[in-house]
Amino acid sequence: MSEPAVELRDVTKVFTSTRGDLAEEVYAVQEMNLEIAQGEFFTLLGPSGCGKTTTLRLIAGFERPTKGEIFIHGQPMSKVPPNLRPVNTVFQNYALFPHLNVARNVGFGLEVRRVSRPERERRIHEALDMVQLAEMSNRRPSQLSGGQQQRIALARALVNQPAVLLLDEPLGALDLKLRKAMQIELKQLQAQVGITFIYVTHDQEEALTMSNRIAVMNKGRVLQVGDPVTLYEKPASHFVADFIGESNFFRGVVEAVSGQLVEVQVSGTRVRATAGALPPSSGQEALFAVRPEKVRLIISEESIDGALRGVIQEVIYIGTDTRYIVNVEAQSPVAVRVQNGCGIAPQEYRRGDVVQLSWLPEDAHLLAD
Amino acid sequence: METRRIPSFGLLYYWLIVIVLFLPIFLLILFSFNDSTRLVFPLRGFTLQWYGQLSKNPELIRAVRTSILLALGSSFIATVLGTMGALVVVRYEFPGRNVFVAVAALPLVIPYIILGVSLLIMLHSLGVRLSAWTAGLAHVVISLPYAMLVVIARLVGFPQNLEEAAMDLGATYWGALWRVTLPIIFPALTAAFLICFTISFDEFAIASFLVGTQPTLPVYLYSQLRFPTRLPLVVSMAAILMSASMAIVLFSEWLRRVGQTPQPKKK
Repeated sequence: MSEPAVELRDVTKVFTSTRGDLAEEVYAVQEMNLEIAQGEFFTLLGPSGCGKTTTLRLIAGFERPTKGEIFIHGQPMSKVPPNLRPVNTVFQNYALFPHLNVARNVGFGLEVRRVSRPERERRIHEALDMVQLAEMSNRRPSQLSGGQQQRIALARALVNQPAVLLLDEPLGALDLKLRKAMQIELKQLQAQVGITFIYVTHDQEEALTMSNRIAVMNKGRVLQVGDPVTLYEKPASHFVADFIGESNFFRGVVEAVSGQLVEVQVSGTRVRATAGALPPSSGQEALFAVRPEKVRLIISEESIDGALRGVIQEVIYIGTDTRYIVNVEAQSPVAVRVQNGCGIAPQEYRRGDVVQLSWLPEDAHLLAD
Repeated sequence: METRRIPSFGLLYYWLIVIVLFLPIFLLILFSFNDSTRLVFPLRGFTLQWYGQLSKNPELIRAVRTSILLALGSSFIATVLGTMGALVVVRYEFPGRNVFVAVAALPLVIPYIILGVSLLIMLHSLGVRLSAWTAGLAHVVISLPYAMLVVIARLVGFPQNLEEAAMDLGATYWGALWRVTLPIIFPALTAAFLICFTISFDEFAIASFLVGTQPTLPVYLYSQLRFPTRLPLVVSMAAILMSASMAIVLFSEWLRRVGQTPQPKKK
């Protein structure tokens, strides 16, 4: 494999805010290490204030790291100003120049870099064609809709053929339907141009839809990096399991460990889970998560090995699925999703039914707290 | 919105203000066309002779030229310095920022007469000869706060990420300023320049102390009030000044409004 497109080595960013005599240090990014491969669609995902936008601004050069170094195609960037970095940014609210028309907005980077006029016009035209807005080239940005402005911002960045394209919540201002369409379009565009995309979002569904790999961030730290399937199926921490998709969390005490298989005492019942990256020892407190769609509901007189007993508190029919909320002694209510169709009658179970909850050991993951 | 009747005392107040503000100006203009050297009613008949005499007075013309050059120069410098100050104040956080703004805005509250006297004393003790240049220097000081405040007001609503976008696309800081920020705020810069121009052009107190042997127009007009026969001349010049100043201020206000960034259209 060739060298990574972008590498962050021990990057820390501290903001100091002074309020009167009090100087407060805020760690926006802490000891971050990342390697982003060439041609990858990489997403920084996390709640607001987690440091994802700061990370993007560090790569773009608008902020300087307090510690650590950023490499783009192997070159250290600490002494390179934003205008000389081989990256371009699509800003959150597009930041189109209101005094220039669409063509000159798109051609801005080429004009600054003194690309000859015919060459410039050819590339502007190509870029506008790519985002299907060729007929808008004489309009002012204020005459375009939000979706069109978003495409122009994209064309303005891509026309420069950057090594890396940075996108800061570029779809945040669009309505849901347009956002969904643009997600697919962006992903196809990325595959077509082959440029490394680093994408910032707080929307986990968006991240799963588009990315090759995702870094989940919280409080300035990267908690887990992985492809969408790994992050969803094998979350490593409480935060990741909670932030991506929906999870039921159980607390208990480890009874036995044999390889990856762990037996945990939960509310007086022995249930099974997978150890994952952190092999526990028996007697230890443990936390694990199971996705609502991985829990099976069983009504049975005799007790089933490794199943938790509970009472259905709520039945919610939502068309494609039926959701059940089940009360289990000494645990938070458990959500269960049962898909409708293929011979399963909706609302098979009723409120007040005593049920047993079971799952495959590999669908229950021990988590770091 | 619900329309409500304006109470009658409000209307009275309004008309009182209008009369106090505009009646003297109206009278001034009226008398500038009156065929008499005395400014009293009844009017004696229509004439343009005072306006005609204006152009035949070389001292007056010299004073007008001095005033125009001084106003152009001082307002240009004040606008450049004011814009630089505004950029620093709006874009950067630094210790003493509020002090900086307060000091820059201080000439707004210092009486011109005091500023004039103290500048006179300082320049005299430094051995600087008084001229239109010294008056121009003082005019930069008094018009700078206006320029800075006008530009600050424009920059506060200016999205900072436009400059970042320009730099991201390869422009240096100065390139971004030149290609993006300044063109967008240009109407505000013009407005600032025009305001400074009228301040300098009309200013009497400081100029009378500092201008030395080259009188500016207001200083010259004041000196002419000693000669009763030249009074109508002064009045007609004042009428021209008044109209021009008002036109400039109205124009700059219009520019300032035109210059506000239009809100992006909602889809």
